[in-house]
Amino acid sequence: MYEHDVIVVGAGGAGLRAAIAAKNEGADVAIVSKLHPVRSHTGAAEGGINAALRDADSWEDHAYDTMKGSDYLGDAPAIETLCKNSPKEVIQLEHWGMAFSREEDGRVSQRPFGGLSFPRTTYAGAETGHQLLHTMYEQLVKSGVQVYDEWHVLNLAVSDEERPEDRTCHGVVAYDVQSGEVSGFRARNGVILATGGPGQAFDHTTNAVSCTGDGQAMAYRAGVPLEDMEFIQFHPTSLPSTGVLISEGVRGEGGILYNAEGERFMFEHGYANNDGELASRDVVSRAELTEVNEGRGIEDEYVHLDMRHLGEERIIDRLENILHLAEDFEGVDGLVEPMPVKPGQHYAMGGIETDENGETCVSGLYAAGECACASVHGANRLGGNALPELIVFGKRAGKHAAGADLETAKITTGKRGEYELAEIDSPVELGEPGSRGDAVADGGAVAEGGATDGDSILEATVTAEKAKIEDLLERDGIHHSEVRSDLQKSMTRYVNVFREEDGLKKALRDIREARDRYQSVAVSDPSRTFNTDLLQTIETQNLLDLAEAITVGALARKEFRGAHWRAEAQERLDDEWLKHTMLSWNDGSPELWYKPVILEGEEKTYEPKIRSY
Amino acid sequence: MSTQVPKQKEAESPAEEESAPSVGKQRRDQAKAERRTAAEKQKEAAEKAKEAEDTYHIKVFRYDPEVEGKQEPRFDEFHVPFTKGMTVLDALMYARDHYDPSLTFRHSCRQAICGSDAFFVNGSQKLGCKTQLSELSEPVRIEPLPHQDVVKDLVVDMDHFYEQMHAIEPYFDPDELPDGELEEQRQTRENREKVKMSTRCIWCGACMSSCNIAAGDNQYLGPAAINKAYRFAMDEREGEARKQERLKIIEQEHGVWRCQTQFSCTEVCPKDIPLTEHIQELKREAVKSNLKFW
Ligand SMILES: Cc1cc2nc3c(=O)[nH]c(=O)nc-3n(C[C@H](O)[C@H](O)[C@H](O)COP(=O)(O)OP(=O)(O)OC[C@H]3O[C@@H](n4cnc5c(N)ncnc54)[C@H](O)[C@@H]3O)c2cc1C
Ligand code: SF4
Ligand code: FES
Repeated sequence: MYEHDVIVVGAGGAGLRAAIAAKNEGADVAIVSKLHPVRSHTGAAEGGINAALRDADSWEDHAYDTMKGSDYLGDAPAIETLCKNSPKEVIQLEHWGMAFSREEDGRVSQRPFGGLSFPRTTYAGAETGHQLLHTMYEQLVKSGVQVYDEWHVLNLAVSDEERPEDRTCHGVVAYDVQSGEVSGFRARNGVILATGGPGQAFDHTTNAVSCTGDGQAMAYRAGVPLEDMEFIQFHPTSLPSTGVLISEGVRGEGGILYNAEGERFMFEHGYANNDGELASRDVVSRAELTEVNEGRGIEDEYVHLDMRHLGEERIIDRLENILHLAEDFEGVDGLVEPMPVKPGQHYAMGGIETDENGETCVSGLYAAGECACASVHGANRLGGNALPELIVFGKRAGKHAAGADLETAKITTGKRGEYELAEIDSPVELGEPGSRGDAVADGGAVAEGGATDGDSILEATVTAEKAKIEDLLERDGIHHSEVRSDLQKSMTRYVNVFREEDGLKKALRDIREARDRYQSVAVSDPSRTFNTDLLQTIETQNLLDLAEAITVGALARKEFRGAHWRAEAQERLDDEWLKHTMLSWNDGSPELWYKPVILEGEEKTYEPKIRSY
Repeated sequence: MSTQVPKQKEAESPAEEESAPSVGKQRRDQAKAERRTAAEKQKEAAEKAKEAEDTYHIKVFRYDPEVEGKQEPRFDEFHVPFTKGMTVLDALMYARDHYDPSLTFRHSCRQAICGSDAFFVNGSQKLGCKTQLSELSEPVRIEPLPHQDVVKDLVVDMDHFYEQMHAIEPYFDPDELPDGELEEQRQTRENREKVKMSTRCIWCGACMSSCNIAAGDNQYLGPAAINKAYRFAMDEREGEARKQERLKIIEQEHGVWRCQTQFSCTEVCPKDIPLTEHIQELKREAVKSNLKFW
């Protein structure tokens, strides 16, 4: 067993920032990550990081844009925390040496991004995430935080009180990829989940193979609610053959979208008469698919993104990486021809419910970054708003877990505040009652003899996880990749940009079938050394739970808000739906409930307005 | 170049101490392994038949220190249906998901940014996800990076590479740290341009693996670490005193002076970083500052 004050799970932007902050508070911190930190998917972020740095800009404007972008499903305390702190945190990155692009006068460069009233997307070429990730890893090395890399976290050690709000997280159980050792990591103060998004629940995604939502699934099974999971962002410009992202920066710099007839459809077909290509992502993605569905797509699949008119010099100066991506992953030279693009799964707005200090309803358990939902992005995330979330909330979670005093949160977690229960109208039985190999279906481990101290709970969780692994290694059965690929296809088909009741129900049936088939998966590689077959099989289980959560939320929400569009109700219905979707794992099946959105900011209340661009 | 399989390691990892596999377990594993090879053979045969169709023939290095039949390194052959734009990584994933789930390699982003999947492909270091199959002659030989210990199949031990990266104090560490509220610093466009290429490194290890000097001198910092030092030494924001310290680090016995400008690192770097040039420039900087302090 290993022991530290604070255990950070994951080493992308959020995890690294959390670890550095906790260390600065004087805590003994360790990072446990299934990838070496520099391999994290934060490195793939291209376009930039929003911060109101200039005199003509203000955090209030940034907050207003973010609330509007969220289609009024963001919580004001979280949004205001983000926008107030982002400038300071971005300047901190600059002092850590991050290689931002520069203006003639030597100041950091900013560019326009969709949905922003001021060009506040601060960037480093079209490789902002790479620069951010490496800069923070460098500071981590400097700070001497211990890193257990290529240790895959399997589960949380959480006590098993009846109500999740009474539970405590005592540590995590992880698997050493290189040696096959399963070990407990005791956290004296707290565990911070920073495990990134669940993009692999879909088959056409800009997310990495490692983005399997592990932290969300673990927290969910431990009783922490997942919030607003139905809100999945589909980025309008991913390359058709691989899903590799072409940054919004291209449109920010003036790139234009054309359909097969050479029409600039964002304007010519009236999707966004003011902002055109720079309308919010959900708007542009739907426009593209409408074009394709109405027969104006190219090869019935995609549209064109043209940046040739920007000129070679400007492209190389600000978007060089895009040229490499288009060339290497689609065989297209962006200087001489338009690039084919279509919508691809990109970002999960929802996630583990936290307050603005990063704390969940289980004491000692925190979450930050894409896996968390504070909620900053509500129904739709603005481009350039995820990277500031990593550093602002990563830092807060790190400080808080290390014992620093933060102001009391305004957002309540779990069923502590106002809430309403709801029925799920599912055509099939949901969830996994008494799921195989779990110590207790409903999260939590029970130690032998009922001991409730942290060490015993952690030991019991280690034992349960070992048994699960032995079982997977010993049994015979089908390979998980069949199950995973069917799941991904069904999600992309039915839980995409356009959603309708029948399709969503079909997806739930497919998920049920996939769950049933998963009961007979087996790992065929018998090795203890670097057994990726085993780990991917475990990840597939997580994807099943999350795909179900996404679909249940989508089926229940009968309105059109942000990224979530429903054929049956193509309008935003504030009277009924101005509320967060919450899903709790209860005895192995999801329980649906809702909690109110907080629109009251520090100094003003954000009034829901029609969202037009 | 040779692929290094570690000398039969004493089987004493903590995992095995804790849960030494029982005899029964060993038997089951073996039975399982046999069933698998039989199934594999069938599949391979099925594949051969398909060869007339558009398939790619790949030969992949296999090794596992603890699985019978894999302790002696061998090559496995797969025929992978070819689709336009298919990369070496796509072919490996296809082979793993359809023929042999135990085929092991690191990968994550699929877009040349995480640096996980540098392999030795048809005799040179390449990123799997960035290398088109159509540009390679068949059969495509895929091996782990040479000069690094093989953990399993295409997975090599990266610890030595990381140690060298850490050895150059790879973090921004300015001469003066301002107190209180931080203010944005200025940096000229020229200076940012100067360090730009050096900041693109994705720690893939291809350069180090291609370097003859690194192969002969285990303590040589290697191209990636020296490039990292360049990234800081040339950044005007860090300050002159720190730069002098950095030059001292790279001037040590196993530093820049070892480089014999063979350009192999520059040739293989998937991010097109002019590594040899950077090393040469640091040599010149070091000479300049030595003259100054004489
Ligand atoms: C292609 C692309 C471009 C983007 N561009 C932008 C942009 O320009 N601006 C912007 O603001 N946002 C952008 N985003 C969004 C943003 O980059 C991500 O939301 C963000 O980087 C996620 O960071 P993270 O730290 O939460 O997770 P990640 O960086 O994904 O890191 C997750 C970490 O968790 C670890 N982990 C996961 N599971 C486990 C487990 N079971 N055990 C142990 N460790 C585990 C992984 O090893 C990894 O270290 C982009 C996203 C993509 C995909
Ligand atoms: S310098 Fe190039 S080859 Fe070497 S590790 Fe960095 S990216 Fe890879
Ligand atoms: S998979 Fe990330 S660099 Fe190839």
